[in-house]
Amino acid sequence: MTQSAARPADGGPVPFELAIARYEPVIGLETHVELGTVTKMFCGSPVTFGAEPNSVVCPVCLGLPGSLPVINKTAIEYTIRIGLALNCSIASWCRFARKNYFYPDMPKNFQISQYDEPLCTDGFLQVDVGGQEFTVGIERVHLEEDTGKSLHVGGSTGRIHGADHSLVDYNRAGIPLVEVVTRPIPGTGAQAPEVARAYVSELRDLLRALAVSDVRMEQGSLRCDVNTSIAPAGSAQWGTRTETKNVNSLRSVERAVRSEIERQAGVLDAGGRVIQETRHFQETSGTTTSGRSKEEAQDYRYFPEPDLVPVAPSPQWVAEIKAALPELPAARRVRLQAQWGLSDLDMTALRNAGALDLVARTVEAGAAPDQARNWWLEELSRRANDAGVELAELPVSPEQVATVIGLIQAGKLNNKLARQVVDGVLAGEGSPQQVVAARGLAVVTDPGVLSAAVDEAIAANPDVAAKIADGKVAAAGALVGVVMKATNGQADPASVRELILQRCLTG
Amino acid sequence: MAAATELLMLTAAQMAAAVADGQVSAVELTRAHLDRIEATDVKLHAFLHVSAESALAAARVVDDRRAAGEPLGPLAGVPVALKDVFTTADMPTTCGSAILAGWQPPYDATVTRRLREAGVVILGKTNMDEFAMGSSTENSAFGPSRNPWDLSRVPGGSSGGSAAAVAAYQAPLGIGTDTGGSIRQPASVCGLVGVKPTYGGSSRFGLVAFASSLDTPGPLGRTVLDAALLHAAISGHDPYDSTSLDAPVPGVVAAARNADVAGLRVGVVAELSGEGYAPGVLTRFNETVELLESLGAKVTEVSCPHFSYALPVYYLIAPSECSSNLARFDAMRYGLRIGDDGEASAEDVMSMTRAAGFGAEVKRRIMLGTYALSSGYYDAYYGKAQQVRTLIIRDFDAAFEQVDVLVSPTTPTTAFPIGERADDPMAMYLADLCTIPSDLAGNAAMSVPCGLAPEDGLPVGFQIMAPVLADDRLYRVGAAVEAALDTRRGQPFLSQARGLAGVNETAEAQR
Repeated sequence: MTQSAARPADGGPVPFELAIARYEPVIGLETHVELGTVTKMFCGSPVTFGAEPNSVVCPVCLGLPGSLPVINKTAIEYTIRIGLALNCSIASWCRFARKNYFYPDMPKNFQISQYDEPLCTDGFLQVDVGGQEFTVGIERVHLEEDTGKSLHVGGSTGRIHGADHSLVDYNRAGIPLVEVVTRPIPGTGAQAPEVARAYVSELRDLLRALAVSDVRMEQGSLRCDVNTSIAPAGSAQWGTRTETKNVNSLRSVERAVRSEIERQAGVLDAGGRVIQETRHFQETSGTTTSGRSKEEAQDYRYFPEPDLVPVAPSPQWVAEIKAALPELPAARRVRLQAQWGLSDLDMTALRNAGALDLVARTVEAGAAPDQARNWWLEELSRRANDAGVELAELPVSPEQVATVIGLIQAGKLNNKLARQVVDGVLAGEGSPQQVVAARGLAVVTDPGVLSAAVDEAIAANPDVAAKIADGKVAAAGALVGVVMKATNGQADPASVRELILQRCLTG
Repeated sequence: MAAATELLMLTAAQMAAAVADGQVSAVELTRAHLDRIEATDVKLHAFLHVSAESALAAARVVDDRRAAGEPLGPLAGVPVALKDVFTTADMPTTCGSAILAGWQPPYDATVTRRLREAGVVILGKTNMDEFAMGSSTENSAFGPSRNPWDLSRVPGGSSGGSAAAVAAYQAPLGIGTDTGGSIRQPASVCGLVGVKPTYGGSSRFGLVAFASSLDTPGPLGRTVLDAALLHAAISGHDPYDSTSLDAPVPGVVAAARNADVAGLRVGVVAELSGEGYAPGVLTRFNETVELLESLGAKVTEVSCPHFSYALPVYYLIAPSECSSNLARFDAMRYGLRIGDDGEASAEDVMSMTRAAGFGAEVKRRIMLGTYALSSGYYDAYYGKAQQVRTLIIRDFDAAFEQVDVLVSPTTPTTAFPIGERADDPMAMYLADLCTIPSDLAGNAAMSVPCGLAPEDGLPVGFQIMAPVLADDRLYRVGAAVEAALDTRRGQPFLSQARGLAGVNETAEAQR
């Protein structure tokens, strides 16, 4: 046991590389997606985010005595759309079921969900990790209603234990929620954390392309539970899995898997056994903490929801939904990569930066692909970094970026001026044209003005002009700088250079 | 204007005609019934809440509309007693339970709304077994109602309050709900017409659920025609209830006016007879079958072998659904809250509230249902019960291939004394032996009075069962029985009533 020195004797976490050298992980993901329907799953209350607590409710989503659910047809359609995009079979007949348990944020103390008759089953999603393809099996996609949201006041953790009291907001109760459950994913080895992340990322892109959800992890409209188990390499059996809840960013998905592998390896190395339990991901430490044990599992007493009739989507309807599916992200990426002539590496960089859609829209608005890519990956990525926001959250639209690029192409802006125009747009000063006008940023094109500035520069620097006249053309750069300075940077450097050469060589 | 007593004795159809003709105002009619409640409900306890003000206001609207020459519906201005299981935006809704004492719903049930839209005047909310679980109203947290025929006896249940009110002339019409017989059994023991429409024929929206796959709102009346008018008023597709049938309402009113059974095939259910049935009940039942035969019906005996399993099947399915439906009463959002001292956890408050707020029968059924649905027992109990339920439906299907309607006694005995079965759940459950099959199958069924049992002089009910959405057949047969018996008797059925049911007697006593 040469590695024993490298790991704590108390069974604390084992460094990832050491853990993965001796253990084979199996991961699985359960992803909850709030659908972007106009109204809730079983009533007419609107689906909104950020409204005053308990203001978007009605007798049905509050579960008041006597109220009854009525299925939102659009939610069924969206779920079928997701199922089809994930290559699933669509049930021709299925039922909702009641999942019974007591919790204050559940208005009826049961959740209307699907149990053994999910709407979509048995599909797959291809994900790409560093050029390697993984096929993630999709076990099921089912539809349910979201619960309310508890806010635990007092105490340090924000969890119910130690809180002074709790408040419940039922605005979220009854929002249609789709659960996408993968099959266990073995064989990913050291790439397990990245595969988990890539899966969620790919699923998010897919859901966005399907226009069924705004898929904002930070607002909770896409929520992830990550199952992780490890077993000694070569073992015929998988290990005991834990379920890590509240993993609410792509980065956290990756960190949660990594940290669970490290923790479980420590437990096994110390001769312990992994307990099947729910764990909570801690954003600050990047580790998980123990939640309730699944070994004393709740009995949810599922039974078919008697207040609803079975859902039986007709084959024609499913066919119509299938025919109307938009181009899916994987196909679109292949097409765009070819159209833009990018290498795999370029494409990966674009995706990792979250810039693919932005570039595509910029190109659609008329910009050349390489220009569009440069602007988003360089200048704008830097701005997003400085501001600490996602690229897509910058207050500049792809159409505006295309306008700026167009102005450069037309010689009306140079790069320096263009950056100032973008400054203005980001500062909320209006459209690129408005910023150009307001800040007076147009390139100086008046031949008289340029000519005068060039003459002045030559007159002030006769030695440089002489060198140019002697054929040392490179010296022109110094004069270009003088002219640019004189015109406040608003001249086109190429035109200026041409003018200088012309004067010195012919004059 | 007619004397108050004469007004009270009119049928609902006659009251509506009198209002429409201007012989009496809806306000006068309403006031007469409110006075009657005032005078009799101390003894009867049919109502949990009387809303004189809103009732008179609703009556005034009808009178104003008539004065303005606007068209009135067939029951406009007629009062009704509404079971306290339907939500009402202007009255509390308690379901006979301490856990909902004083709860004021923010919305009207569809049945409530349809009554209002029809110009029917809601007098108040009637007593019931807690959450409609029981056959006597003794399970009400607010004390039992009494049978107007004999105040020491139960009015049946769970819609016992509505039945007692109609039998005691406090209201010409009542609304009940039938889950295992909760309309028909009280109708039977109070000498009324009570109908469980086809499941899905009347909306459950705003009906506080006991067992979702069984609960059915329906009418109680003193005549078959009155029940038909109320049946029509509350029925029809409701987009707020997914299990509501999107089908035309069967022509029940026309059927009630067409008391012709010549050539009709009537099947006597072999399994719903014999041991355990009171002799007087069987005597009157058999007489009524003969009566139908004399009116031209073709009577045969039909076997429905799985009906003998109906009771155990019901006591698995209904408690299973109730254990889930009643989970929402947890003190968090509305209703009773016990033990919230700032220290107790939400879970503790839920437990304490449910321990204090539910009665013994409700707890018994929640426990039965929780057990039947639990992992490892589901297949043997809930799952098996659903399979047998299917067999019962097939028995009905097979029977209705041979006959147009099935008949049986409504309940094995007449009204039993208060307290007699209170500590014996099995004896209480047997009261619904004959009514449960139609609840499980979802078809339509009626109880119509067929005389008094010789041994105790109390009403006996005759049950008629018809296929899904053939509710009109009930009314055709019921009207024939009613007309023939009235003719033979020379007077309406209720005029034989003693005690509070005899409105004249009370009126005389008041003089």
